[in-house]
Amino acid sequence: MAKTDIGPPDYKTMLPPVIERNYGKWLYHEILKPGVLMHVGESGEALYSVRAGSPRLVSTDHIREICDIAEKYCQGFLRFTSRHNIEFLLDDEDQIEPLVAELKSRGYPVGGTGHSISNIVHTQGWVHCHTPATDASGPVKALMDEIYEHFVESKLPAHVRIALACCLNMCGAVHCSDIAILGIHRTVPKTDNSRVPNVCEIPSTIASCPTGAIRGDMKNKTLTVNDEKCMYCGNCYTVCPAMPIADPENDGISIWVGGKVSNARSKPMFSKLAIPFLPNNPPRWPEVVHAVKNIIEVYASHAKKHERMGEWIERVGWERFFALTGIPFTDQHIDDFDLATETFRTSAQFKWR
Amino acid sequence: MERSDTPLLDELEKGQWPSFVKDMKEAARKNPMAKDLLKQLELSYKDKIGHWKHGGIVGVKGYGSGVIGRYSDRPDLFPHVQAFHTMRVNHPSGWFYKTETLRKLCDIWDKHGSGLTNMHGSTGDAILLGTTTEHLQPCFNDLSDAGFDLGGSGSALRTPSACVGPARCEWACVDSLDLCYHLTMAYQDQMHRPMFPYKFKIKISACANDCVAAIARSDLSIIGTWKDAIRINADEVRAYAENINIQKEVCDLCPTRCMEWDGNKLKIYDEDCTRCMHCINVMPKALRPGKETGASILVGGKAPIVKGALLSWVVVPFMKLEPPYDELKDLIERIQDWWDEFGKSRERLGELIQRLGMRVFLKAVGLPAVPQMVKAPRTNPYVFFWPEDLKKEEK
Repeated sequence: MAKTDIGPPDYKTMLPPVIERNYGKWLYHEILKPGVLMHVGESGEALYSVRAGSPRLVSTDHIREICDIAEKYCQGFLRFTSRHNIEFLLDDEDQIEPLVAELKSRGYPVGGTGHSISNIVHTQGWVHCHTPATDASGPVKALMDEIYEHFVESKLPAHVRIALACCLNMCGAVHCSDIAILGIHRTVPKTDNSRVPNVCEIPSTIASCPTGAIRGDMKNKTLTVNDEKCMYCGNCYTVCPAMPIADPENDGISIWVGGKVSNARSKPMFSKLAIPFLPNNPPRWPEVVHAVKNIIEVYASHAKKHERMGEWIERVGWERFFALTGIPFTDQHIDDFDLATETFRTSAQFKWR
Repeated sequence: MERSDTPLLDELEKGQWPSFVKDMKEAARKNPMAKDLLKQLELSYKDKIGHWKHGGIVGVKGYGSGVIGRYSDRPDLFPHVQAFHTMRVNHPSGWFYKTETLRKLCDIWDKHGSGLTNMHGSTGDAILLGTTTEHLQPCFNDLSDAGFDLGGSGSALRTPSACVGPARCEWACVDSLDLCYHLTMAYQDQMHRPMFPYKFKIKISACANDCVAAIARSDLSIIGTWKDAIRINADEVRAYAENINIQKEVCDLCPTRCMEWDGNKLKIYDEDCTRCMHCINVMPKALRPGKETGASILVGGKAPIVKGALLSWVVVPFMKLEPPYDELKDLIERIQDWWDEFGKSRERLGELIQRLGMRVFLKAVGLPAVPQMVKAPRTNPYVFFWPEDLKKEEK
């Protein structure tokens, strides 16, 4: 019988000696170049981190290749970042250039530091999820190919954090991202009345609906959906398998902008709706890639240094954001959920464009 | 030339960014499950719809979480992914690894699963993507023998996660790694045997830059901070002045305008500082957090489902955090007890606080109301009073 509740491997056994010696006693850091960090301890010792991009969905052979590289250059010590990048941890400055050269020759992008676009946090999509409205890895790959320069260089006004979630459950932190790519459904669930009594719990399905669109039909032991109240979040399907909602012709992607999680300067902010719908167009989602690139380019040419997407938009105003990006403003941009009126303008102060 | 089975996915092998399709094909060359996964994904690309059935409860002995059941809706076409379950493997704090540890994980997964992983999933676990029901227990046995354990899933404590913290960051105000490991070990039961109304997430960022998105993504968010003055190295400030415009890039962007720069000396009015980290981020060689460090505790953060997304709210402005973290654990347990007692099924902590009121929550867990908890006091006159606040009628 296997031992249970042993917990994860102790991180203390995973730290390179230079970290053990300087743990909690770091003095400052510098970004030596995109993808290369130097942390200097009070002791005067330095730790070098070389950051490389990853598709996140990786094979065991890919992990072994990463291990080979880490053993060759950094005594087998590495870590992953909260945005799925790989960081090779070195104490020998002379190994940086050979490591970077080897990473590049093997096709690993080196970067993601400073005012860049780091890796896109994303979800499973069609690869392994049962509720997706779009794929995750595919749109991410298609987009990263097109904005690659912003990962390997650091020339934006500030960080641009992009995240993708393939449905409203948002397994990634997309609701507070500079740019969020969110899979959405647009049609109501198709209730299978013959299966509801066997596979669904009626009260919990009713309770799962944020807008109260679901009612019990006790006589027939099933559920009815008020189509006018349904905003297609798909949460009913999560609790009741007999209410499938995926619709290949109408599912797609929405784009949200201006969120952040950091407290630096401005407070953490939610992302706000920029584009209500773009079609699912695999394998390369050209409409989504084009829309995101446009937002990045407009931001890059108008924001001031250190200004995150949301800080820039708040300074210039949403009316100017829509004017500069050319994104049409629609009634879908105006909130109609709880507390919606908090986002309505209550002053006579606004810009014409 | 042989015609490809996956013409749509082949398009995603092109381009400069590393391709997940290459990894899937690499795994598919030696593993029939990975091969069928690739083909099923190609069908999804063609049909624009997922091909996984709804859920399914599977697991390993003694645990109610850590394994996510997954079944193909086209087992006729893709028999090797008929069952294709995920195992969540709890990562070491801060995602630090020695290669020998990673190699062990790879060997176990090649033996039992598809050979495909996510390094890592959104909550933090190493995700082993795809194995059969029969392989779950043997795979867990091998993982356990090699020193790994499963993470949380379902209505349980989810795998806590932490930023890189004092292992590499000079801004760490708490030992995020040690705290994460300590809480993970202390709450193994809550992680592995779902007993809560819904999921509960704990994330620890050792400073207000919040690299693990604790405020946005966790029910209990721990953010490192300090109480005393920012430490200034005046010589290094002057050195920065050679390269950056301190007035414009630092002082003018300070949210409380609590800094003055006269071209030679930087003055910080620390009583006005809200410790946002901006000035320290821009001049890491010159400025450091203070020495009286601890954390702010916030609660209630979550993604939109069901009642809308929430960012966590401050409930303890400052707590010293040192092993064995008794004050924090005591608070966590009081919070979970209250949530467990009053929360409805699938109601997150933040939603329960919204439903019953922050004052009820504070009273129940024994926290005093302080101005740091709000952006502003209420504007509506719908104020409740506790019975004990009122004079009783003399009889």
